[in-house]
This record gives sequence, structure tokens and C-alpha cells, in this order.
Amino acid sequence: MALLSKKDTNLILDPLADNNPITIQVLGICSALAITAELQASLVMALSVIFVLGVGNVVISLMRNIIPSKIRIIVQLVVIATLVIIVDQVLKAFAYELSKTLSVFVGLIITNCIIMGRFEAFALGNNVWRSFLDGIGNALGYGVILIIVGFFRELLGSGTLFGIKVLGDPVTKTGLYATGYENNGFMIIPPAALIVVGIIIWVQRSKNRTLIEEN
Amino acid sequence: MLEHIELFFRSIFIDNMVFAVFLGMCSYLAVSKKVATAVGLGAAVIFVLAVTVPLNWLLDQYILRDGALAWLGPEYADYNLSFLSFIMFIATIATMVQLVEIVVEKFSPALYNSLGIFLPLIAVNCAILGGSLFMQSREIETLGLALNYGVSSGIGWFLAILAIAAIREKIRYSNVPAPLRGLGITFIITGLMGIGFQSFGGMLTGGDEAAPAPEETTVKAEDEKEKKKKEEIDEKAVSYNDVINK
Repeated sequence: MALLSKKDTNLILDPLADNNPITIQVLGICSALAITAELQASLVMALSVIFVLGVGNVVISLMRNIIPSKIRIIVQLVVIATLVIIVDQVLKAFAYELSKTLSVFVGLIITNCIIMGRFEAFALGNNVWRSFLDGIGNALGYGVILIIVGFFRELLGSGTLFGIKVLGDPVTKTGLYATGYENNGFMIIPPAALIVVGIIIWVQRSKNRTLIEEN
Repeated sequence: MLEHIELFFRSIFIDNMVFAVFLGMCSYLAVSKKVATAVGLGAAVIFVLAVTVPLNWLLDQYILRDGALAWLGPEYADYNLSFLSFIMFIATIATMVQLVEIVVEKFSPALYNSLGIFLPLIAVNCAILGGSLFMQSREIETLGLALNYGVSSGIGWFLAILAIAAIREKIRYSNVPAPLRGLGITFIITGLMGIGFQSFGGMLTGGDEAAPAPEETTVKAEDEKEKKKKEEIDEKAVSYNDVINK
């Protein structure tokens, strides 16, 4: 590959599995859990983070030689906050209902540890192209977990995906509901997200035993 | 007075920062291995929330919200700067944290030694910004209530991290399945604690605000017996979300 060397490809692929920001690095949990009751909200949140982290990493990487290290935190916060304001205003303009569902959690992308973490750990010390790939990779790793959690919570909790009734109608008892299937209301409540993420971690670490922590 | 008490208990138990809205999870998971450090971080969070929420309330009330600039003169009355609130809030928080750090270091070295390392961490703790954003979106009315909200949600966060740290100290002696060790089991325990904390939601139905919603449910359920179960669950989730959004 001319565009992506092997090293560069790893920048994108590593965070998707073995160095996932949520399940391994434990970053960005805050916003990951609260908005995953529906697949659509998870998807929008994932896209917002991809935008903020991709662009943010590029901006920080461009400025890495002129930021005095003493005030870098506040410079980083200003860059993130500006990007998040853009996302927030775009959502309010084009997807008002959705921005109501996400409520303050769009704003909380600012304090999403993934973003500060990648700025500190990567963008401040690497060139623009590599920082961009790293940003996209980590945001994708975050998005993948969000979408998996959103998928299971919406499917098991309300029997829908993107609001479409894929399991039949629970009221008129069609589809799967005709056989006596019931929605699991437990999946809608917020703490269920934690348990789903816990199970994802369990599955991932059983597959790759090098990730297992000491007790 | 009554509204102060209601807000106090609601922020600690019903809208608990960790269990109901998942704020400050990163440091919650990372710094909860020992009770002693958890207490230090928890105290720092209470302290910073108590300072930043009232400050951001003033900022919101007199600079940011629709028509807030009216005190400058009638020609400023239709300015709406609320789109700037993210950047203003985070700037306030970052500077306040820095300021608090300097002041504490100067006047109370003992406190600085116990809180010191946690203070810079706190600038990027979602619970702090979340406190200010929820304060804004729930339209808290007075400065006193804002202070109350800051302190009580800080206490809620403190309780949560104290509880999980105590559990994690004990669980070290149990036989957890290897892939679940560490992070995995912490997630699941937090989830179970969250479900436990949900039961505090029942405290609300005693008040007059939440009363209409369950009434509606029962009327509906009588009409459509088949839908009953699902409807109740949905309604609960909806009214619960309403409470959060408030």
C-alpha cells in the first residue's frame, strides 16, 4: 500500500480490538454508557467523536511545536470545546430531536478522556498524518463499542433497530412475539449498559488471554 | 427550605452522578482500587463542584442565557450567547481548578498533599462539567440551589466511589473468572449498584411532580390489558428520563 504503510495501518486497527479505548485503556466511558439505549443515538455519538478526535488531533499536531507545555491543557480544552460547539450547533440545526435525546452528552465530549488522552499521548509528539490516523482509529474503536452496546440494548430492550420493529409488533403479537417472546425492559434502564460493556470485556479477554489483569 | 431538601436528596440518591447518568466514570474506574485514594479524590470532587457550579450559574444567569445581558442596557436584551456555554464553562472549571490548587498549596500544605495530585485530574472529570451542564439544562433557579446542587451531587459521587473502592478491596480475595478480573467485574458491580440505586426513584412518587405519570399509566392499562406490562415499563423509563432531563 502506498498510502498507508504497515505501521500506519496498525494505528487504525490496533484501537479497534487489542488496544480499544473503552475496554482496554478505560477512557471515555462517561458518555459511552448513557446514550446507548438506542442505536441511532449511539451512531450519532460515534460520528461526533470521530469528527472531534480526527480534526482535533490534526489541529493539536499542527500546533505541537508552538504550544508552551505549561498551558497545553487549556489550549487543548479550547480546541476541543470549539469543535464540540460546531457538532452541537450542527445537530441542533439538522437533527433537533436527536440533539434533545443526547442532551448534555454532546457537551460532555469535551471532557471525554479519549480525546484529551490521545492529544497528550499521541498528537503532541507525532506528525499530522499519523495523528490523524490515530485519532480516527481510536474514535472508531470507541464507536464500535458504542454501536455494539446500542445494538443489543435496543434489540433486546425494545425489539427495534433504528426505530424499525424488527422482531414484530408487541401489541398485535406478530413475528417473534406470537411465540410468547417479551421485551426485556431491563435493557432500557441505564445500568444495563454497564453490564453489557462488562460482558463485552469478558468476551474479549476470553478470546485474547494476554489482556487479563491481575486480581 | 423544602426544595433545598428535595434537591439535596434527589442529587445524592436518585440522580446520582455515577449510577444514573454515568458521569466521572473514567476516574471512578481508575482511582477506585484503594479506599484511601478514593476518599481523597471524592473530597476533591465535592470541593470543586461546590465552587464551579455556583460560579457557572452566575455566568449562565448574567452572561450566557437568552436575554441575560439585559443588565448592560436595553440594546443588549435580545442577545443569546448560550452557544458559548461549553467553552465558558470549561474555561471556568480549568481556571478554578488551577486557582484552587494554588490557594490550597499556599494555605494548607497538609490538604494539598492529600488532594494535590487529584486536582489537575479533576479539570477533565466529566462529573464537574456535567454538574454545570445539568445545572443549566435543569434550570436551577437560585444561587443557593445551585450551591446545594453542586455540593450534593459531589456527595453522591463521593458515596459511589467510596462504595466501589470498598467492594474492590474485598473482591481481591474472591475467585473471579480470569477474563472478568479487574475492569470487567468492576463494570458489572457498578451496573448492579446502579440497579440498586434505581429503587431510590420511588422517593419521587411521593412528591407532586411525578404523580401524574403513573396515574395515566393505570388508566391506559385498564383499557388495554395486553399492553399493560410493556406500557408500565416504558412509562417508567420515560418519566425517569424526564426527571433526568429536567
